[in-house]
Order: sequence, then structure tokens, then C-alpha cells
Amino acid sequence: MKPILCVRGLSKTFGGVLANNAIDLDLGAGEIHAIIGPNGAGKTTLMAQLTGEVAPSAGTIEFDGRDILPLSMHQRAALGIARCYQITSVFTDFPALDNVIVSVMARQPGYRRWWRRALSDATLAKPAAALLEKVGLGGRGQIVAADLSHGERRQLELAMALATEPRLLLLDEPMAGMGPTETKGLIQLIRGLRENRSVLLIEHDMEAVFALAERISVLVNGAVIASGTPAAIVADRRVQEAYLATDEARQHA
Amino acid sequence: MPPLRIVIVAAVLCAFAAVPIIATVFAQPHYLTVLGRVLIFAIGAVSLNLVLGHGGLVSFGHAAFMGIGAYAVGIFNAYGIDNGWAQWALGIAGAGVAGLAIGSISVRLNGIYFIMITLAFAQLLYFLASGLTAFGGDDGMTLSSRSTFNSLIDLNNQVVMYYAIFAVLLLFLALTHQLVNSRLGIIVAGIRSNEVRMQALGYPTYRYKLIAFVISAMMCSVSGLLLANLTDFVTAQYLTWGRSGELLIMVLLGGMASTFGPVIGATALLLFEEVASAYTDHWQLFLGPLLLLVVIYAQDGIWGWLLAYEKRRAR
Repeated sequence: MKPILCVRGLSKTFGGVLANNAIDLDLGAGEIHAIIGPNGAGKTTLMAQLTGEVAPSAGTIEFDGRDILPLSMHQRAALGIARCYQITSVFTDFPALDNVIVSVMARQPGYRRWWRRALSDATLAKPAAALLEKVGLGGRGQIVAADLSHGERRQLELAMALATEPRLLLLDEPMAGMGPTETKGLIQLIRGLRENRSVLLIEHDMEAVFALAERISVLVNGAVIASGTPAAIVADRRVQEAYLATDEARQHA
Repeated sequence: MPPLRIVIVAAVLCAFAAVPIIATVFAQPHYLTVLGRVLIFAIGAVSLNLVLGHGGLVSFGHAAFMGIGAYAVGIFNAYGIDNGWAQWALGIAGAGVAGLAIGSISVRLNGIYFIMITLAFAQLLYFLASGLTAFGGDDGMTLSSRSTFNSLIDLNNQVVMYYAIFAVLLLFLALTHQLVNSRLGIIVAGIRSNEVRMQALGYPTYRYKLIAFVISAMMCSVSGLLLANLTDFVTAQYLTWGRSGELLIMVLLGGMASTFGPVIGATALLLFEEVASAYTDHWQLFLGPLLLLVVIYAQDGIWGWLLAYEKRRAR
């Protein structure tokens, strides 16, 4: 199967710090691929380079067979790459529903109907309301985003990302700060998404990672030290030393 | 009772509509000039607020667009062309071109850098105007005639002039209301709220900010076209940075979160000036504390403060 995302030799240095070191990564269509690794391993930097917020120092990124490095952030988004941020990024002064309406609108072609009323437009409001329902925020649409709980804002951001109908969804620690029941619901939701899209998932919650990911890449000090199926990753000695072991040690401590 | 904001808008607009009657009854024709000027600045402030309040772009150079409108009337007039259609079309188009040129560089920048570069461009145009001695420069130039629109409207009649200004304000309020709620308006509001998020959703935010800036510039030029006609005078003083600052103060004072706030701000500031300057030349000494009070106690301006009253009472 031809990968939808193909990363080769991706490197990024900030000053003297090597945040990403020659990362190779392939993501198949409809695949859920998890990136794990200790804090500061360069996971978020990798995502920022995929979306175009950060320019790489070296390497190539191909999306759907096309070199996307020259493309700006909004052009990559228009191709079908959507991101949920580690630090929730929504329109805090908009009601939840309006957040999604703006996101749905991004998918509709250019400057046609720019003059028409937006928020009362059923072709926008209906799909937006359906997405809120899907992520579990049905009935919360009129609440201003700033007044939503932390977990709800994460759900809202997911609805916004889905509204753009992405082919590649980048999720940066979606489970962070979520309660156990919310996490379970989110796992179900993400699993249901992969039918028509690929998901790249950064997550510290190992239960969620092993429940979702078909493949896992382990990032340590900016480099991929192992990549493979969950079973292979668990068995990998380097991974145990570098990551799982320290994680366990932390839990036992 | 209808919502308070409807009551306020209706009351203010009715008061403005009644000015010619009051001026006639009390035999005070200069009311028309004073309040006509208020309405013109209200138009400028409403135009500025499209980028300031709705788009979050603090333009410190909108006097330049007002000036372009005024000079479109003045320069044509100096060559003996009083045709309003030509004057107005070129004034608005000229402001559009200037807005495109200034905006294409400015809207790339944010915060203080945006403020400074719009100021810099406006100063550039001010010095250009002040160097145009053929058209009066800093001393100004008296117009031989107001804009003529065939025999459709006679702006020489001061009452007609006043109602023409009032009609433009009403038109611009309706236009702004529609724009703010349109797809374009929601996109611009989204950019103000979280520009990176808008880009991540796939919006070319630069392009949308530029469109908003150009629309605002073109609307603002109309206030200049009207000002030249009302005062029968054009001067480089119309383009000073103090003038740009006044427009900003009007928006802040009235409340930039709404479409109508700037109208209240322009009215409050200019009537305060009118009344206070009758007592003392140092009236600005009293304006400072007033602005401080607004900034400290009514950050949403007079408009926001009035609406808060309704909320308080509802409790």
C-alpha cells in the first residue's frame, strides 16, 4: 500500500539543540500510528513541521505523493491535514457551535457566498451541530468556548479538526487531562475515524496507545529508535531501556 | 420593552434625524454644521471599527484614507470639475488602491508593528499633501463649489447636505452589520480570536485581513469626501496623525465590540469638545481623565457600559 504520508530524514535544530534528528516515517492510508517518547523527545516539533508551523532544517515530507514542504500552513490544511494542538486551540470568545461552523466553512470553496450570513446558514450549522453531537458535546453548542471545561474544549477541538474533513489527522495528546470515562469515549471515537482517514497520534496514555495504534514509533532525543507493531515495540530492548522502563520506574517510585 | 440596544440606536438616530428641525425652530443654523461634522466622524469611526473592533487590527493611519477622499474633491475642484460622480468614484477607488498598497505590507505584521507601520504610511501621505502647495498644502484651499450630482441632490442646501451625510451613515451601519455577520465577517472575527487556528483550518488569513483593510479604507474615504463638502475646505491637516488618533479614541470611547458603538463615541467626543472648548482652550486637559475613566471602568466603551446597565437590572 502506498503511504499517504512519507517523511524522510526530517531534522530540526533550534539554536544548538537537535529537536528532530533524521526522522523517517511512513503512514498508510487508514492507519493509526502512534508516536511515543519521553517529554522533550521532539514529538510536538515533528507535528509542527508536518503542518507547516515550523520549517525543517533538513529532510522531505510528502503527502499523497506530493512534496508539501513549499506549501504554507493553510495550503496544507486545504490538502487535508488537520491538527489538534497539545495546548487546546479554539476560538475562546465564540460559542462552541460557532467554533465548528467556522471550521465547516473552511471546507467550502473560496469566495462564493462570502456576503451571506454565516451563523444562521443551515448548510453550515447542521453539519456543525452533528459534529458536536459526535464528539459528545450535543446540547453544549451555545456555551462560549472559554466557559467549557478543559475536557470539553479538547472535544470541541476534535470536532473542529473533523469539520475540515481531513485525510490525515494529527492528534497531540488528546487524552491529556481527560477522566477515565472521557478517555474511553475518545478511544471509541478515534477508532471510528480511521475508515476514511489516517491518524498520527502523540499520546502518553499507554492504554490508549495500545488500544488504538496499529504501529508505534518511539522517539527519544529527537530520533526514532524503534518503529513497528505494538507487540514488536513492547519486545524491543532499546525501547524498554529508553522509555518504557523509565516510565515503569516512575510508576513504581 | 424592546432590548435596550434597539432603544439606544433608535433614540440616537431619531435625535440626529431631528437636528434640522431643531436648528430651524431655535434659529441656530450652525447646528447643522456641528452635527454634520459629528456624523462625518461617526462614518469614519464606523469604517475604522471594521478592522479595529471586528478584525483586531489597530490602524493608526485611517486619517490618510479620510484625506484621500477630501483631496479627491479638492483636486478635481481646483481643475474646475465639480462632477460628484467623478470625484466620489475616484476618491473611493483611490482609497482602495492606497488601502491595498498600505495593507499588503501592514497586515503581515501584528500588534505594535502594525500600529507603527500604518502610522508611518499615513505620515508619508500627510507630508505629501502638505507639500502639494498647488492645492493649499498645510494652509488649505477653499473649494469654489461642492460636489454636484446632476440635479439629483443639491449639496449647497445645508439641510440636504446634512441629510446626505446622515443617509451615508445609515447605509454604512447597515453595510457593516451585514458584513460583520457574513462569512467574511466571521472569518475576520476568527482571525482576531486565533489566527494560527484559522490557518490550521485552511484559511489564507493574510488575504482576508487585506480584504477587510481595503473595504475599511474605501468606506473611510467617503467620510473625507463628505468633510470636504461640508467645510468647503481641504487641507493637509485632515491627514495628521492626531486625526488618526481621534478616530481611534472615538472607537474606544464608544465601544469597539459593536457596530453602533463608534457612532456614540464620535458623538460623545466631538460634543464634549464643542461644549468644553467654549469654556476653556485647555479642554483636552479634561478629555484625558475622561478617557482614563473609560479605560479603567468601561473597557467596552459607553456602549458596553449602557448595555451592562440592562444586565444589572435584569438580575
